[in-house]
Formats: sequence, C-alpha cells, structure tokens
Amino acid sequence: MNVRYGFVIDLDRCTGCGACMVACAAENNVPPAAPRATPRTGLTPMLVRKVSNGMEGAARREAFFPIACMHCGNETPCVAVCPQQAVEVDKATGIVVQMPQRCLGCRYCMTACPYHARYFNWWDPAWPAGMEKSLNPGVAVRMRGVVEKCNMCPARLHSAKEKAAAAGKKEIDPADYIPACAKACPTGAITFGNLADKNDSVFTAAHSSSAFRLLARLGTEPKVYYKSQEPWVRALAERDSDHATEAQHG
Amino acid sequence: MADLLLIDRRLIARGVTRSSTLRFMFWLVPWVALVALGVYAAALCLYYGLNQTHMDNRFAFGMWIYLDLGMIAMGAGAFFTGFLVYILKQEDLKPILNSAVVVGLICYSGAVAVLMVDVGQPLRAWFTFWHPNTHSMLTEVTFCITCYLFVLILEYLPVLLRNRQMRKVPSFLVFEYQLHKMVPVLAGLGAFLSFFHQGSLGGLYGVLRGRPFAFRQGFAIWPSTFFLFILSALAVGPSFLMLVTATAETLAGRRLALPSVFRKLGFISGVLLGIYVAAKAIDTLIWLNVTSRAVGFSPWDFYSYKPFGSALLFLEIVPLGLLPAILLTLPMTNKKRGWVLCGAALACSGVLLNRFILTVQTLALPTLPFDDFLQYIPSWQEVATFTGVIAYGVILYSLSYRYLPLFGQAKGVDKNVSVG
Repeated sequence: MNVRYGFVIDLDRCTGCGACMVACAAENNVPPAAPRATPRTGLTPMLVRKVSNGMEGAARREAFFPIACMHCGNETPCVAVCPQQAVEVDKATGIVVQMPQRCLGCRYCMTACPYHARYFNWWDPAWPAGMEKSLNPGVAVRMRGVVEKCNMCPARLHSAKEKAAAAGKKEIDPADYIPACAKACPTGAITFGNLADKNDSVFTAAHSSSAFRLLARLGTEPKVYYKSQEPWVRALAERDSDHATEAQHG
Repeated sequence: MADLLLIDRRLIARGVTRSSTLRFMFWLVPWVALVALGVYAAALCLYYGLNQTHMDNRFAFGMWIYLDLGMIAMGAGAFFTGFLVYILKQEDLKPILNSAVVVGLICYSGAVAVLMVDVGQPLRAWFTFWHPNTHSMLTEVTFCITCYLFVLILEYLPVLLRNRQMRKVPSFLVFEYQLHKMVPVLAGLGAFLSFFHQGSLGGLYGVLRGRPFAFRQGFAIWPSTFFLFILSALAVGPSFLMLVTATAETLAGRRLALPSVFRKLGFISGVLLGIYVAAKAIDTLIWLNVTSRAVGFSPWDFYSYKPFGSALLFLEIVPLGLLPAILLTLPMTNKKRGWVLCGAALACSGVLLNRFILTVQTLALPTLPFDDFLQYIPSWQEVATFTGVIAYGVILYSLSYRYLPLFGQAKGVDKNVSVG
C-alpha cells in the first residue's frame, strides 16, 4: 500500500497547552534547555507558536500554530542542499529523515527550510541528575554540533513494525504508530495518518474545505495540513494579513 | 635578538631594500596580537561549541559565511590573473602574478580555516567527500575549494622556493624548476575549479526555494546567481589586486607595478563589471516581475524592512556597480591612478555588499506569514575570528613581500624591489 504519513492539525481545537511539545521532547530524548538558551537557540522539534489578528480588546483573536517539520514531498529543500546526504526522504513512508550521526553541522539545511523547523544542537545535551533514567532507550541522543528535527517518532514506527513482523503481518496496524505529539494532544487537535489512503481520516480532513498548508505556494508539497474555520487564521496563513503578531511557547 | 636580525637579513634577497628588522617587527605586532585573539576565539568555539557565537536556529549562517563569500570573491584575482597570463598570454601582467597568488592563497586558506570553525562537527569534514550529495551546491563548493587550495599551494611553492636561503638547497631548485613547468597547467586547472566554486557559492543561495528573496530561476541546474557570482568575482578580483598592490606601494614607499598594469587591470575589471551590472539588473527585473511573483510573494515587501530598503539595491547596482564600471573603463579616468583605485574600491565594496545582502538580508527576512524580521549581531568571538583571519592575511602578505619575489622585474619599476 502506498504510504504518505502526515499530520492534520485543527487550529480551532488547539489550546496552546504545549503537551505536544513536552511529549515530543520526552519521546525523542530532547534535553532540557541549556541555561543560556534562548527561544532561538533551543531544541523544539515541535513548537507551538501563538498568533493573533492584531486587534485589541474584544476584537482580538488568537490562535496557536503547532509547527514541526513539514516533511515536504516535492523538491524537499533540506534534502537537496545537504552536502553529505544526512537528510533523505524515506520512499516507503514519505518521512523526511534527518540522520544526526552523519550531520556535519553546516546548517545549510536550516537556511533552506522556510518553516524554521530544524534545530541545531548549540550545547552538549545534559539532563539533571536522575532524569537520564527517563530517557527513551529506543532513541539515540544527539551530540553537540549537529542538526535535528521531527522524524515522526521513528522509535514508534520501528516498534510498530516489530509488532507487525512478530504477528506475521507485512503492514503495521495504524493504531500502533501514532507520533507522541498526536497521542498527547488532549483536544485531539493533532491527527496523524496516511495521506495517501482515501479511507484514512486524515485524508478526508486534509481535503476538507477548511484545510490549508503553510507556504504551499512554494511548491514543496508539505505533508502537514492545518484546519480552521476562522477566516482571519486562513487569511494569515495565506499571508493576507499584515497585522499578525507572533509569540512563542517554550 | 642579534640572531633574529641575522636570520631576517639572510632571508631577504641580495640587493633588495627592505625596512629594518625592528620596524618590520613593530609592524607585525598588532597583527600578531589580532591573530592570537582570533585563535583564542576560534579555540573557544571549537571547545565549547558554536554557542559562543550569536548565530541561532533562525540565523543559522552569520558573519563567517559572509567572510567566506566575500574573501573568495576578492581572491578571484589569483586564478583570473593566471588565466590571463598563461592562457590568454597577457604577458605584461606577469610581474604581479606572484602577488596575485599570495592574495588568492590568503583568501582561500582564510576562508577554509573559518569554515572549519563554522561547522558544528569539524572532525566530520571528510563526510562530504565520503558521502557526497551531488545535488548540493555545498558539495560542489567543498570539492572545488579544497582542490583549488591545493592548486594555490602548488602555485605558491615556486614563489616560496625562490627565497634566497631556499635556493641554496639543490633539490629545491630542481623541484622549483619542475613546479614552474607545471604552472600553466595549474593556472588552467585553477581557472576551471574557480569557475565552478565561485558559481556554486552563488548557487548556494540561489537554489533556496524556501527563501524567495534569494531564490532564482536559471539555466539547467544552476540558478542565475551561479553565473552572477562568476562574473562579479572575475570583475572584482583584478580590482582587489590593484588595491592590495597600491596599499603595498604606499606602505613600502615605492612603485611595485607599472602604471600600464593598473590601466589594464582596471579596464578588464571595468568591462567585466559593466557586463555584471547589466546581467544583475536584468536578473533583478526578472526576479521582481516573474520569479518572486510566481510563488506568490510581492517582491517589494522584502524591501519594506529597514534598514534593508530598496536603497540598498540601488546602492549596489548604481553607485557601487555602474559608476566604478565607468570609472575603470573610460579612457579619461582609466589613465589616472586615483580614479582607477577609486573605481576599484567602489567595485570591491559593491560586490561585498552583494554578498552581505545575499547572506545576511536573506536570513533576516521573514518567510512564514507570522514571522518577524530578525536581527543578528555577531558575538565578540565571531568578530575576533573574522579579524584574526584578516590579520593572518596581512602577516602572510607582509612576510611574502619581505622575503619572496612578489613583484617581477619590469622596466620603469623600482629596481630595488625587483627580485624575480
């Protein structure tokens, strides 16, 4: 079966609680921020960004955009630029995979990514005493000086594949592979699935009239869709609003 | 101290006048101090990591990449002069060829040294050669710059081996003779490699589909910036060489190159700059009207963020492009040394501004609809490493001028400095 994993994020349901960010960090062994880290030097493969319609008082409206790697499906900007093939598109799943163990840390991919969804390890990873016991044994810790990003929780995919293999199946059960952010979202705003499967709920959601993608005009075919019934959110995403302001969580 | 004086005197060619050892040492002191500070700053970055810089996840490239792009453009005089002398047989430029090689070596070795600090895992530099991504402009840059640096070292060796003490070793003489026979081949190879890496440096940003301010359409796999970078480097290389020569002349207090050399380099630089400015203007018009709009961006929005207004674009194309092209080309101004040097300085400033716009302005501009305009101010470690490389260049050039035949013998030039 053709598989193209992707997310559909319902912005009208997102409360900006940040559970997805925490779940992502716990699942993928993202270290706590270094003491000198800033919002621009931290590691947040999933980052919730707050936007507003720029109005004040009763007219003010706010929304939250969870931003992760968009896993671009066409002319993937980061894949083409990496000088040593540390980024590749998995043909079987469509996941854009970053391989930190091959990364030189040149950061050209970060320059190429229009979504700013790639993060450099500016510091050595360090956990408070005792907290290292909570590390996920299925995920390698990244060293200082390499780039990382959302790989759609590869440990969970491997686990699902192992389970399928043990049961003698060729394909995984979709219920066995749900990335940490989607699993943790308390409002169900983040949904995950196979965008190439017409029977999958994300396929339907991605093709609904309220669905859109950020910077779709660049032609990179991102596999993260957003949904909103709010006209100002859609206008903002289409760059029609000059009044948007932005803040960051974490 | 007496030993030092003796060594210094023995290294200087016979019959050549150079400043006293003490004066030369005083000249070197501030530059050595800057190199020491630069090495310390670079060591901090290597030991503690790039958190010592003010680069971040959004401003992933900073001052060092600007330095690399700028220096490599300025160093283009090395391959271009070699190409003019050995391939196009412009023999009258031969007297400044050694100087051009030293300038090239400084620029390229400095750029490579900074790159080694700029990457997060320098010990993995060989990965690019082992797992090359042939689609990446950075792969092309890495391969060509590394190869060309070796070519420059090979071109520098015959100059180095002509030092008075080196010539006393018979095997060095044979080696130098053999190397000298290879120089035309090296010049051709250097031109070939430089052609590609100058272009690839332009392509580095031109291929960034996700950065509509920098993204350009092009020919085959190369965006238009690929060709613009080659043209601009060809144009500005001779200009920078003239500026270096003129500075050396001022400091040495004597003429080192014939006025005809300046006129010729100025004319070549001016003509190429004129072609570059025309190509750049056409490219900008295409970008404004076609490329940018094709992906749904209003190009003038990019110029609404201060201080990067459209004035910067005008400054780059007219006062720092068209004007120096005219100054360098017109017979009336081309004959006058002052105007030629003024034109050369403007041309170099224009190309440096171009590299700044492409590296810094591109990253400062927002891409996502809810992004902000970004600010980046380099840390002292970045500035110190930057100045350390500049100081290293001054030292290497000073030592080469003092002990090696940088400027060849030519009629009308002060014979005391002609040791080639």
